[in-house]
Amino acid sequence: MIQVIRAMRKVWETDPRKDPNPLVYTIITIVAILYPIWAQLSTGGQGDFLISILADAGVYVLLAIGLNVVVGFAGLLDLGYAAFFAIGAYTYAFIASDHLLVTPLHTTVHLPFWIVLFIALFVAAGFGVILGAPTLRLRGDYLAIVTLGFGEIVPRVFKNLSEWTSGVNGISALDKPDLPFWVQGPWSGDPLAIVRDLKINSPLGFYVIMVILVGSCIVLVNNLRKSRVGRAYMAVREDEVAAAAMGVNTVRVKLLAFAIGAAFSGFAGAFYGAKLSLVSPENFGFSVSITILVMVVLGGMGNIPGVVVGSLLIYFITFIFLPALPPLAEEWASSLGLSSLIRPDGDWPGIGQEVQRLKFLIFGLILVLTMLLRPQGLIPSRVRAQELVKGVHEDTTIEDVNAETAT
Amino acid sequence: MTEEQSDFILRVEHVTKRFGGLVAVDDVSFDVKRGEVFALIGPNGAGKTTLFNCITGIFPPSDGGVIFNGRDIAGAKPHQAASLGIARTFQNIRLFEYMSALDNVRVGQHCRTRSKLWDSLFKTPFERREEREITDRAVELLEFVGIHKHAENYARNLAYGQQRRLEIARALATQPQLLLLDEPAAGFTPQEKVELMRLVDKILARGVTVFLIEHDMKVVMGISRTIAVLDHGEQIALGTPEEIRRNPRVIEAYLGKSA
Repeated sequence: MIQVIRAMRKVWETDPRKDPNPLVYTIITIVAILYPIWAQLSTGGQGDFLISILADAGVYVLLAIGLNVVVGFAGLLDLGYAAFFAIGAYTYAFIASDHLLVTPLHTTVHLPFWIVLFIALFVAAGFGVILGAPTLRLRGDYLAIVTLGFGEIVPRVFKNLSEWTSGVNGISALDKPDLPFWVQGPWSGDPLAIVRDLKINSPLGFYVIMVILVGSCIVLVNNLRKSRVGRAYMAVREDEVAAAAMGVNTVRVKLLAFAIGAAFSGFAGAFYGAKLSLVSPENFGFSVSITILVMVVLGGMGNIPGVVVGSLLIYFITFIFLPALPPLAEEWASSLGLSSLIRPDGDWPGIGQEVQRLKFLIFGLILVLTMLLRPQGLIPSRVRAQELVKGVHEDTTIEDVNAETAT
Repeated sequence: MTEEQSDFILRVEHVTKRFGGLVAVDDVSFDVKRGEVFALIGPNGAGKTTLFNCITGIFPPSDGGVIFNGRDIAGAKPHQAASLGIARTFQNIRLFEYMSALDNVRVGQHCRTRSKLWDSLFKTPFERREEREITDRAVELLEFVGIHKHAENYARNLAYGQQRRLEIARALATQPQLLLLDEPAAGFTPQEKVELMRLVDKILARGVTVFLIEHDMKVVMGISRTIAVLDHGEQIALGTPEEIRRNPRVIEAYLGKSA
């Protein structure tokens, strides 16, 4: 309780122009709590759809927070991040559905959601280590290419290993999460009990799980940032040689950062599988990796509130705004009295179709404009904000050095 | 253990470093006494920094041995050298630019602290206690080099002289027995050079042996007990400042062959 009061006072006292983070956290928390209520009220009880959307968006928030550890903290460009997402989701599919029956194993495993979450986490982290161990000796661009390759390979493997994964059809009818058995308690076995079979089916259930997961991940990553390990990540990002000379085992630190990022991704993947109840190799392509990277960069690399806001925004644009655009354009056209535009005519495909075609152009324009207007991201960490301002001291130092060493 | 307590903290034995056909350091040998200031001088390109890199494990020597506290550490990785007790600064300042001065010094304590990933993620009581100690020690070191007022500034925003001091503080944070300073006075005003010499004395008083590369003769002659001179990778002289000053080969290397 005292901590809450202290946190509130901190929000009150810090100038949001200097450090917007406390303010952003407060807003995020309030919105997260009020959102389901608003969704239900504004639609007259039909808000499940809206709540479900935000729960889906939460998956991307988790992914972006994880990628932020790899890219924002440790400075390792990972272009195959969706691979770990896929690994997490498929882990859930294998051990929490009937699917293994049709594989050469001919048996089924149904582990509870809460346990699989953590299994997926460790499996993904394990693959992170397997990929990282040979490649993290590479720097910058080379690492990006290797991870890009990995990101391409993993979905292909899931697609072509059809004996195990049903190939392009994917795996469906995954288990829905249960409440943990200790919540159901001993009474849950009683057929007359009121609290029985607490399957989480409603979007609100998923939403609550998601908020809890995202919340705890934010806390953990914040702790990490301000710790010995987190500082080692940043030291490696800033200058590997100097970090090594200060006693940081750079290879191990990079591997750890990579594994943590992968773990987040696996975590998110398991939730994604459970929520959608379906995994298919199509859902984990290169574009997913890039989308997550865009979320991190556009939100403000290295700064967690920025990443959260960035990922929500990009999710909204790519998955809600852009798909809704063609019908919206038709509506506008007819309300402006230009209904002739709606019908296809010769080369003209009709306004809906035209907007459909231009969808990604519009997306690209939005990205270009945001990065031009706010190159440091929406809510940057203090670091990135300074990086883009031409340092006065830097210039003078360089002059100093030359002036003195020349004499 | 007798070796541990021997007079020599560092023995460089016939160290050679070749890059392809180029011999950057050629069969160099000298000993650094515990508790002294040892200086390595020589014209530009003489191989001084290369020798530093061989000692701190940035790359292994092609030949020869580096004996630190009676133990051959040639070929050890940089982070291993650091945890054994060798710290260094860099000729071109290599701070963690986008981290605060305080955080730079905190990173320096990496090899002396134990918090693991688990502690970091969940802020265990152990981690909290260790973080407090790390911060206290970092503040103490910033005060020691005299830049504690700038603790919260980004390293890159410090003035040039402060950056050099911060690098020394960061190196001291690894709790070294031997501190390697690569041209610590480069770009300094005469006033700053005097302050640097005072700082080196204070470092010696902490029980740290100082081994430095320096161009400025006033600084070198003023603070060092023993001097080794390199030219084109070869060691051409070794002795006290007086001996070095009179050595004809040293004069020749610095001033060129007179007609």
